[in-house]
Amino acid sequence: MENFLVWVIWLVAAAACIGTGLRVVTASNPFSSALSLIGNLASLAVLYLLASGEFVAAAQVLVYAGAVMVMFLFVIAYLGGRADAPWAGGTRLFQTASVITAASLLAVTLVAIMLDAGDRLSDEAEITRAFGSPAEIGRLFLTDHLLAFEITSIVLLVAAVGGVVLGMRSEEEALADAEEAA
Amino acid sequence: MLGPDIPWYLAISAILFATGIAGVLLRRSPLIVLLSLEIMLNAANLAFVGFSRLFGELDGQIFALAVMAVAASEVCVGLGLIVAMARRNLALDVDSFTELRG
Repeated sequence: MENFLVWVIWLVAAAACIGTGLRVVTASNPFSSALSLIGNLASLAVLYLLASGEFVAAAQVLVYAGAVMVMFLFVIAYLGGRADAPWAGGTRLFQTASVITAASLLAVTLVAIMLDAGDRLSDEAEITRAFGSPAEIGRLFLTDHLLAFEITSIVLLVAAVGGVVLGMRSEEEALADAEEAA
Repeated sequence: MLGPDIPWYLAISAILFATGIAGVLLRRSPLIVLLSLEIMLNAANLAFVGFSRLFGELDGQIFALAVMAVAASEVCVGLGLIVAMARRNLALDVDSFTELRG
């Protein structure tokens, strides 16, 4: 019974995941694309939970579906109607080639997974209750993966500085604005 | 393990990754390209979490968290670029940026 319930939850989350993912790519309005991505991230968090990734699921909802997507929605709102570009670009040949690339990559990966399914890939290790808990993740971040943790903070700092530099007004722009005002 | 085995998670991950690739290659709006990139990163994250469960090691989840931080940085810079493009009154169309093309 318990197993059945988990299957149902998993199937709903997986269907939502694929559906919203396709919607992100196909929607013509960027706003609905971004909103679909929030649904996609939330359903992925459910899948993480079912795979015993409790802390990752929480971080996914807080950082991704929360903070990152709010930034996206802000920029889309700031751009307004200018965010609407033509749906697809390139020649017909290029579009067909893109779809074939994506489809063949999917086929290859699925075949590779299926070859090992039921064999190596279905032999899960036994885990304890603490697997994926914030305490365990935090312990690993401050012991085995301390370097990765510190480098991540530098990456975030560099990105923040980069964002500020990109957002700065150049001198020409400031001059042009001043002339306009005068 | 309750529910589906790990290959099911990996299959979802593969489908999401292919969706993201199609989005990056097909769409012209830089915003949608960035959103499709997010889908691809999340597909990789799902594979990481799945393999982490398969091997019973938490390293995969640690990597997934690192990927999240990198994705946040990437969105920060990417959106900064898009806003800079918009402020210079350039068309928001990735096909129109050809200056650096060889």
